[in-house]
Amino acid sequence: MIDTIFHVVLVLAMPPLLLGVIGKTKAAFAGRVGAPFLQPYYDMGRLMQKGIVLSDSTTWIFRAGPVVTLAATLFAALLVPLGKHPAPVSFEGDMILFAYLFALGRFFTTTAALDTASSFEGMGAAREVSFSCLAEPTLFFALITLTRLSGTMSLTPMLQHVTLPVWMATGASLILLLAGLFVVLLAENCRIPFDDPNTHLELTMIHEVMVLDHSGPYFCCVLYGAALKLYLLGALFVNIALPFASGNAYVDWVVFAAGMLLLAVAIGVVESVMARLRLIRVPQLLVAALILTAFSLVLVVR
Amino acid sequence: MLFFDMMRDPASLVLCAIALAGCSGLPGLVLRDGTLGQRLASTAALTSSLLALPSLLYLLLGGGEASFLLNWNLPFGPCEVALDPLSLFFLIPIFLVFPAGSLYALGYWPAASHSSQRSVTFFYGLLACAMALVVVSRNGALFIMAWEIMALSGYFLLVAEHREGEVRGAGTVYLVASHLGGAALLFLFASLFMITGGFGFPAAGSLAVGAGLAGTLFWLALAGFGSKAGLMPLHLWLPSAHANAPSHVSALLSGVMLKIGVYGILRVLSFFPERPLWWGGVLTVAGLASAVMGICVASAQKDIKRLLAYSSIENLGIICAGIGMFLLGQGSGNERLAFLGLAGALFHVLNHAVFKPLLFFCAGSVMHAAGTRDLDRMGGLARRLPYTAFFTLCGAVAICGLPPFNGFASEMLLYLGFFGEARAGQPFVALGAPVLALVGGVAVISFVKLYGIAFLGEPRTAEAAGAHEATGTMLAPIALLAFLALAGGLFPQLFLALVQPAIRGLAPDLAHAAVLPIAPVWFALAGGSVISLALLLFLFLHVKTRERAVSAPTWGCGYLRPSPRIQYTGSSFGAFFSSLSGALIRTRITMGPVTGLAPAGARFSYHPEETLLHRVVLPVLNVLGIGCAFVRRLQHGEVQIYILYIFVTLMLLLLWVH
Repeated sequence: MIDTIFHVVLVLAMPPLLLGVIGKTKAAFAGRVGAPFLQPYYDMGRLMQKGIVLSDSTTWIFRAGPVVTLAATLFAALLVPLGKHPAPVSFEGDMILFAYLFALGRFFTTTAALDTASSFEGMGAAREVSFSCLAEPTLFFALITLTRLSGTMSLTPMLQHVTLPVWMATGASLILLLAGLFVVLLAENCRIPFDDPNTHLELTMIHEVMVLDHSGPYFCCVLYGAALKLYLLGALFVNIALPFASGNAYVDWVVFAAGMLLLAVAIGVVESVMARLRLIRVPQLLVAALILTAFSLVLVVR
Repeated sequence: MLFFDMMRDPASLVLCAIALAGCSGLPGLVLRDGTLGQRLASTAALTSSLLALPSLLYLLLGGGEASFLLNWNLPFGPCEVALDPLSLFFLIPIFLVFPAGSLYALGYWPAASHSSQRSVTFFYGLLACAMALVVVSRNGALFIMAWEIMALSGYFLLVAEHREGEVRGAGTVYLVASHLGGAALLFLFASLFMITGGFGFPAAGSLAVGAGLAGTLFWLALAGFGSKAGLMPLHLWLPSAHANAPSHVSALLSGVMLKIGVYGILRVLSFFPERPLWWGGVLTVAGLASAVMGICVASAQKDIKRLLAYSSIENLGIICAGIGMFLLGQGSGNERLAFLGLAGALFHVLNHAVFKPLLFFCAGSVMHAAGTRDLDRMGGLARRLPYTAFFTLCGAVAICGLPPFNGFASEMLLYLGFFGEARAGQPFVALGAPVLALVGGVAVISFVKLYGIAFLGEPRTAEAAGAHEATGTMLAPIALLAFLALAGGLFPQLFLALVQPAIRGLAPDLAHAAVLPIAPVWFALAGGSVISLALLLFLFLHVKTRERAVSAPTWGCGYLRPSPRIQYTGSSFGAFFSSLSGALIRTRITMGPVTGLAPAGARFSYHPEETLLHRVVLPVLNVLGIGCAFVRRLQHGEVQIYILYIFVTLMLLLLWVH
């Protein structure tokens, strides 16, 4: 019970902090002080207080987009185990639901973008759906490898199976898998090198351009949903990358939270040292990630 | 008395319903008042469905079977008509989509504005009746006859608008493809006749033949039934046929007639006591290849009905892959894989029969309203057709296989089957899961495009701006199908209850392994939570922002004079992905030159072309056509000489026999 409460609190409260940490890391690299760690929370609080501007072209779909996406992501948050604690909802095949809830969110985000009649938002929507249909098989390859390793078909036992001895035995495969998952994590969350969340040219954006017309509380939903998605895919990554279990539940929570913050720093470092890829190169990187995860499967099977 | 006794027997009721469906268009042919005839036909269709569906459910759930012997005086012997679980299962889509389409036609193809209404209504009923006969017949000759009636009534429905050259062309291609498939079936049933000595179907599991002969029969069935089911590369007739038929006909063709091909494959498979492993491999690979190629080509289409037609190829591919998994599982003694594959395939048959007609009906309403099939000329229809827009959204989410709709539930079973194989010794089958994920991702591209470009944004033409909502009789069947799609997604056990008896009928040995690895309550829980969470959030935000909402034009990134023409079109939406899948689909772009500092008006047009069709099949067909030109001399339109041909053929056959 206490684990479930921890899970819900962590999943609801922590995601914006990752954005703050990423921002701070990038600022440190650029030699700036940067915004406070809690800046994303202030931004979201401010947005919730604001009014909205609705485009004349839009229908209820435009407002349903952020809402459905957030609702689907929130349910997906119940499926991922955090650290060595089981997820509140776990059943055979929940990893498929996990992947498909993100797809549901994507469906509604992109239709909401098309609802504005803006060519830029259409562009963003087209890129988003095209890239993620290449990222999705990578995720499934990774899940198959994990199924193969653990012999189970549910996220909680699958991820809890990855312990130090497993790492010792199948380290090469897990490293390839993590590399693939990291690429998916960056691509699905529209981070550099796939997309620059801070760019100022609409023509080159993916995610940001899709939500140009959202404002006020709806935009808050978009930001929070995106942070939550980063958090969930990050949790998947951290669960595999940190195979330590101390035995004490509270220490495990702290280890997990620290792992997430480290991941945020890593994303910040990647964003600072890399340039955004040309759009034409993005599919190549995604296919490379797909092949990496396929290799990880081959290594496990042989 | 006899009559009432008969009426109490559900099996006779089903046969009566089949006959009633066939006759539904007859009054319309003789009545002077076309509208009355059409209404009578719809009433007959609804009555036949009200007779048939409860009886079908009763028989299927109660485990009833029935068989009738028609001892007529025709050369191919007594004719058996039987209702076993497999037949009953495949009758359900017929009696679901046929009345729905019939009702929809009242508003969509009214007698007042369509002179072809009489023949369309007549052949619509005949098509439903012939499909039902195909499913219940247990005699090769009767099967082929019903099959031909089905194919021909499909043709006459398809060429309803025969004044347009494109429609006639599509009809001809359909007819040729249909007869090539029919020829394969003739060979199939002739071989069966040679083996068993009669036209009656061999009982399930009783056809013990050598491996070579069994393989031949399998390939013949795959060619004949696979071409009807639209498996790649036998799908060439399908897109233009489904695009050019009236929408309620497309719904029946796509939602039901393709499934008759699946039924045929399953029926033929059931003859064999054991099926080699490689059959399963062939079906799985063919199915997955069909699914990937179908949906990739769909994503580049700009014709709303062509997009739906290619997506049918994808869905039939998924069904076929499920059947392949079933065979693989049976061949390797893996009951879990066999059960999940077959359950997923049959479940998807029902699901596709729900959401594809739904989408074709919606496409019909859209075409009715906007006057075009070209997505790039639509836009902004959600404001003008709010109900149609809502139901299309349901259908689009369902067909992408997203929760909480029914497409997700059936794909989930297939995923579970694939994932389970990852734990096996030879985990090659598990590679199907990423392929299915890719298909799902591209399906999202296709249907976000369909929905977003047609319904959202600003109208791109004056016709789209002046569009109007569909009538009640058109919306009622759409609403029913959307409800079923949601019900199947939240409570998959309802659909699975119909699937189980069919599985028991096909593979009795799977009966004890038939346990779902996933409790159906999770579907209801997940779907219900997402829906209620979304509704709560929506209402909360709506109330919170109601007073402080300002209306303004869309942010044009600094451009002050936006026009609907600068919106992203369907072609541009799909262009990015089709640049990645260039091997499957190419786009032919024709444009006039733009010259000078102040250029005059220029034209630009965009045609998606299937590489396989335009680079391989059509050139080969052209060469064949030139090579076979001399045969055309036999075809000169003089009827008396044609009769002479028949006579000479008969004489030669008689000589051969003696």
